[in-house]
Amino acid sequence: MKSERTPAFERVTDRMQALLVWIDARFPLSKMWREHISEYYAPKNFNFWYYFGSLAMLVLVLQIVTGIFLTMSYKPSAAEAFASVEYIMRDVNWGWLIRYMHSTGASAFFIVVYLHMFRAVLYGSYKKPRELLWLFGMLIYVALMAEAFFGYLLPWGQMSYWGAQVIVSLFGAIPFGIGEALVEWVRGDYFISDITLNRFFALHVIAVPFALVFLVIAHILALHEVGSNNPDGIEIKEHKDADGIPLDGIPFHPYYTVKDIMGVAVFLALFSAVVFFAPEMGGYFLEHANFEPANSLKTPEHIAPVWYFTPFYAILRAVPDKLLGVLLMGAAIVMLFILPWLDRSPVRSIRYRGWIFKLAVTLFAVSFVALGYLGMQPVSVAYTLAARFFATIYFLFFLLMPFYTRWDRTKPVPDRVTFHG
Amino acid sequence: MVKNRWVGAIALGALILSSSSVAAGGPKMEAANNVLGNVRSLQRGARHFVNYCMGCHSAKYVRYNRLADDLQLSEQQVTDNLMFVGTKLLDTMNIAMDPLDAGRWFGQVPPDLSLIARAKGTDYVFNYLKGFYLDPERRNGTDNLFLPGASMPHVLWELQGLQKPVYEAIIDVNGSVHKVMVGFERVTEGLLNPEEFDQFVRDLTNFLEYISEPVKLERKKLGVRVLLFLLVFFLFSYLLKQEYWKDIK
Repeated sequence: MKSERTPAFERVTDRMQALLVWIDARFPLSKMWREHISEYYAPKNFNFWYYFGSLAMLVLVLQIVTGIFLTMSYKPSAAEAFASVEYIMRDVNWGWLIRYMHSTGASAFFIVVYLHMFRAVLYGSYKKPRELLWLFGMLIYVALMAEAFFGYLLPWGQMSYWGAQVIVSLFGAIPFGIGEALVEWVRGDYFISDITLNRFFALHVIAVPFALVFLVIAHILALHEVGSNNPDGIEIKEHKDADGIPLDGIPFHPYYTVKDIMGVAVFLALFSAVVFFAPEMGGYFLEHANFEPANSLKTPEHIAPVWYFTPFYAILRAVPDKLLGVLLMGAAIVMLFILPWLDRSPVRSIRYRGWIFKLAVTLFAVSFVALGYLGMQPVSVAYTLAARFFATIYFLFFLLMPFYTRWDRTKPVPDRVTFHG
Repeated sequence: MVKNRWVGAIALGALILSSSSVAAGGPKMEAANNVLGNVRSLQRGARHFVNYCMGCHSAKYVRYNRLADDLQLSEQQVTDNLMFVGTKLLDTMNIAMDPLDAGRWFGQVPPDLSLIARAKGTDYVFNYLKGFYLDPERRNGTDNLFLPGASMPHVLWELQGLQKPVYEAIIDVNGSVHKVMVGFERVTEGLLNPEEFDQFVRDLTNFLEYISEPVKLERKKLGVRVLLFLLVFFLFSYLLKQEYWKDIK
């Protein structure tokens, strides 16, 4: 692949080279490129589960870009918000596409992040020395939930309004008059109003995205400091060649960039299938009742949060006492934060763990999904009992982990990664 | 290796299962069976909407010039047939009725219908419009099977004719008797026969579905092209990946 190098071509490449030298003398551009991309050595045995980190970044960018364009036409006022969304859907050129990309992106973000987190559980990616990496990830998850919650009020539909009403009122469970005062402080009013909408808008478009981007940078820096885990859960840095390059590592670029582009193609196909053919996703991504403008005098028959919150909502409703329910819901998230210190297994990956952990993870995954389903259903005795059952499993997965991970009989871990190229 | 794939598959499967639809209660509904791509039906629906609904209901997000484009009507046809005196093509389908008056007359302000088909579903709209029955206890003289206590009068009575409910006594396992509505019985004939009336309501439902999301047909057409492009893009990205990865052993 030798190209004719004309003098003009030589001149241009020389100039480019000179420009890079000029920049590198003032900013670590080449250094950063090497450290984080071209000479970041990732294990060569990444599988299906390892697409979701880069996909989460893609969705973050999609959300920010579509969000910027939505902000250009959206009006954050109780009197105009609903109409401005319809204006975007009908009168703004390509407004419908931008809006559907944003609304689908919200759900896609959670799908991708849940799979990304589940990957970490399967392969023990949270274990030493990646505890801080996991904590940054958890903070991203919490920020994401806040972002989704604030954003959901903005269309000012019935579900926006009543969903926010329900979730904000959870703070009211705190006793000694603190709760009531806190709820008022969050809303800035005695009910969800124009004032609430304005502040949620500010938080949704500036505060939380800012925190999210900062946390994502911290997450990636921490990752590149300790290096990526892999499906075998072993350290590739323990076997290096003469140049200090891990024997089982390959440079992120070009190997994982080209692989992730393939993942992006598949993801975008699924994403587009929703955006173009089922943007409401049967009422799960855009709830039907949200096509009715917010009405503070008319409570919808059935208020359900969007699907990504429902596992926690089911835990909340499973407890008869409101304060206890709120505490337990918070505890469900705290459990995830302390996961690195609950797992006492000598091995990381599920591949080399015993049957107890495999059973525990399966039960955990089933309970989480079951709770998600129950959180969408209207309250009934049977459903409440089921929610209690699955919530118990959810908590036992974490609380018993220090014991069963120690009892579990693990298999010998290989020296080098298993890779079938 | 195989086993942990299995765990993943279970989790994914459960996730997909959990997204199956939520069961809804209420009386049985017929399927609306309207076809959004049927422009003639949309044109008829637009005429019915203007003639029968727009006395009280607005569609305040729908612009007349957009209607002309999407329903393949000339601006003159829209002006002559669908617009009231004094409205312009760039206006939206607003009405003159004062909401305060409307609230006083009907007990509640007739809702804007721009998004009704999206909020309630086309089947609901279709069945609701067919579901008015005589009930002397109601102020309007009618009630609706699908919205009990509806404040809307039976606007289409002249076309449909009037119907009264048929009850059947049903004895439950405890031996107590319940009166259950099992169907309707025609009281007076309408100007349209039942098939014609179904078509009338179907066209109207079709129009309401169209105005609830005017871009619906267009987005599906565009979606096919986007997916075809992504398929080609995937093939190239796959080949590129294979090319690079062939030296990784």
